[in-house]
Amino acid sequence: MSSLRNVLENGRLVVVTGSGGVGKTTMSAALGAYAASQYNRRVLVLTVDPARRLADALGLESFGNAVVEIESSALARNGVPPAGRMFAAMIDTKASWDELITRCAPTADVRDKVLSNKLYRNLTERFVNSHDYIAMERLFEAQQSNDYDLVIVDTPPSRNALDVLDAPRRMKEFFASRLLKLLTSQAQSRLFSLAAKPFFLVADRILGARFLSDITEFFTLFRTMEDGFVKRANEVEAVLKQQDTSFMVVTTLESAPLHEAEFLIDALRERGFSLNTVIANRVTPQEFVSQAQAALNKLEASIQDPSFVQAVVKATEVVEPTAGQISRVVSTIARKSAEAVRKGDAELTTLDTLRERSAGSQAELCICAISGAEIARATALVALGESVHPA
Amino acid sequence: MDDKGALARSLATTELQFAAREVAPNLFAMSMNTEDSLREYIRLFVKNPLVSTFGPLAKILDFVANAAPGVKEILAVGKLCWEVREHNYDIVIVDAEATGHIVAQVDAPAILSGLVQVGVIREQTKWMQEILHDRATTGVVIVATPEEMPVLETMQLLDTLQNTTNVGVSAVVANRVHDDVVQGGDIAVFDALWQAVQSNAMPSDIGDALRAPMQLLNVATERRKNEVGNLEQLVARSRECGVMFMSVMDIDAHDHDVVTRMTQVLKDELQ
Repeated sequence: MSSLRNVLENGRLVVVTGSGGVGKTTMSAALGAYAASQYNRRVLVLTVDPARRLADALGLESFGNAVVEIESSALARNGVPPAGRMFAAMIDTKASWDELITRCAPTADVRDKVLSNKLYRNLTERFVNSHDYIAMERLFEAQQSNDYDLVIVDTPPSRNALDVLDAPRRMKEFFASRLLKLLTSQAQSRLFSLAAKPFFLVADRILGARFLSDITEFFTLFRTMEDGFVKRANEVEAVLKQQDTSFMVVTTLESAPLHEAEFLIDALRERGFSLNTVIANRVTPQEFVSQAQAALNKLEASIQDPSFVQAVVKATEVVEPTAGQISRVVSTIARKSAEAVRKGDAELTTLDTLRERSAGSQAELCICAISGAEIARATALVALGESVHPA
Repeated sequence: MDDKGALARSLATTELQFAAREVAPNLFAMSMNTEDSLREYIRLFVKNPLVSTFGPLAKILDFVANAAPGVKEILAVGKLCWEVREHNYDIVIVDAEATGHIVAQVDAPAILSGLVQVGVIREQTKWMQEILHDRATTGVVIVATPEEMPVLETMQLLDTLQNTTNVGVSAVVANRVHDDVVQGGDIAVFDALWQAVQSNAMPSDIGDALRAPMQLLNVATERRKNEVGNLEQLVARSRECGVMFMSVMDIDAHDHDVVTRMTQVLKDELQ
């Protein structure tokens, strides 16, 4: 059994990474739909903002922080109902942060103060680091809930895919920092270390005393939730390194996403995460390439043959083409398919390099062939997931 | 802004640093680093070089830059606005972060000015906003591939920029657009030909010669049909700023070759 199939059948958590624009969200949904259709498992796909059509394909009108179940009829193929169940949710940063604060705040008073704090509202609604941590938080919550057998997480767009994975560690460092204690002690007493005095003099001048007190108040409120946050960050980190957690890197074979995929493959290994699968997405089907290559010489020779052109004119008489038009169209087919064959050959070389790189990290290289069609129904997602195969 | 070495590769140069370097005649490049930006800020505005190097204080400043909301964003966008304000270059082009982050970035001075009532930074957010909000000075260029998700994201970003910020959009670039396999009246002939091949409506040797090449091209034809639909939506939504089209490049082209060819296409489009 391929390593990917094994993960979908027996794994508990799959974290899908990759650079923007490689089809990561669609791939996460497709693997989820396939796993739910094939195995008797409850599969949750946690995704960032999906395109409207992806929501439509899953039969969802609204797609938000709350988990929704995909109709089993939407996943049925040829009248065969799915073996399992599929659920989906979109990570809503603001709502997720509010839930987290509500859970971690030691008292209702602290909770209300944090939720209404001006800095907190800006932090959760607008600034980027907040997305990273909350994605990991939602992942953990879903994985621990026992409501799902398999959780597939489509990591959010980020400055760097690793920022997301490093978010729990950074959260711990934030709370463990003596500097946080130093800063927040300012709010309680002016009689604190002289070391911070120059900072406050400078900060007072740049930011003004009011904003500085807003910041220290915000940090002070946050510190009261230290126990809850640090405990949670430790648990999230532990889950990411569990044996039944797998990482995937999705890439296309273009230069920029490939560079990023290679970087991710190395970086995941360095961090001790278990990279299971590298998926090369939108690859030209090699059987098409070799068949076209075999037929091209014959086609190129036939273009000059009047009987060939006449036979084609006859076969397409419904659109009443001229012989000149047929010659032009067939020449274009020959020229463009020759270009596509060259592209397919170049992809083979790239795939070899990627295979070696994946093997170096004990990961299986899988291929998902390019498809002209866009995903319009959930069954198309199932078919897409099924089509992913070892290279 | 999000340097992973791609810009250096595109410009065929060595690793970029925070200090700008002339990489080609009249072309300078730098890589954003908010820690260096903070140090430069302190040097310029606190006018005490010791402050940023004094150990514990430097650590506190770094800590605040990492933890306080918006500080990283303002340090990055502040540096860019500073370069514009000082006229250090005739034009500053920013390879911004991913779609989800750009709004926070260009809006950081406006947000910060709402949070900070007094102090040096309050004054500075004013001139940053003047630079960012002046359509003759600043414009966002959104680049999208013609697939469904990037096009939808672009349309959402256009809405967000228009509804929540005062920053203008100069252009939308549809990148990696595929050419039509065949054009105009030939499309119907191509489709009829494929029908004939599939239904074996022609002598088998002719069908065999056409089948595999057409099968290979059908992926491109189908994809192109979807692209056309997506691009129609994008053009309709982007009427105010217009859409420029950039054809897909060969997959095996080196980064710098792609840049050289794109430069030529842009030159033609803009003329």
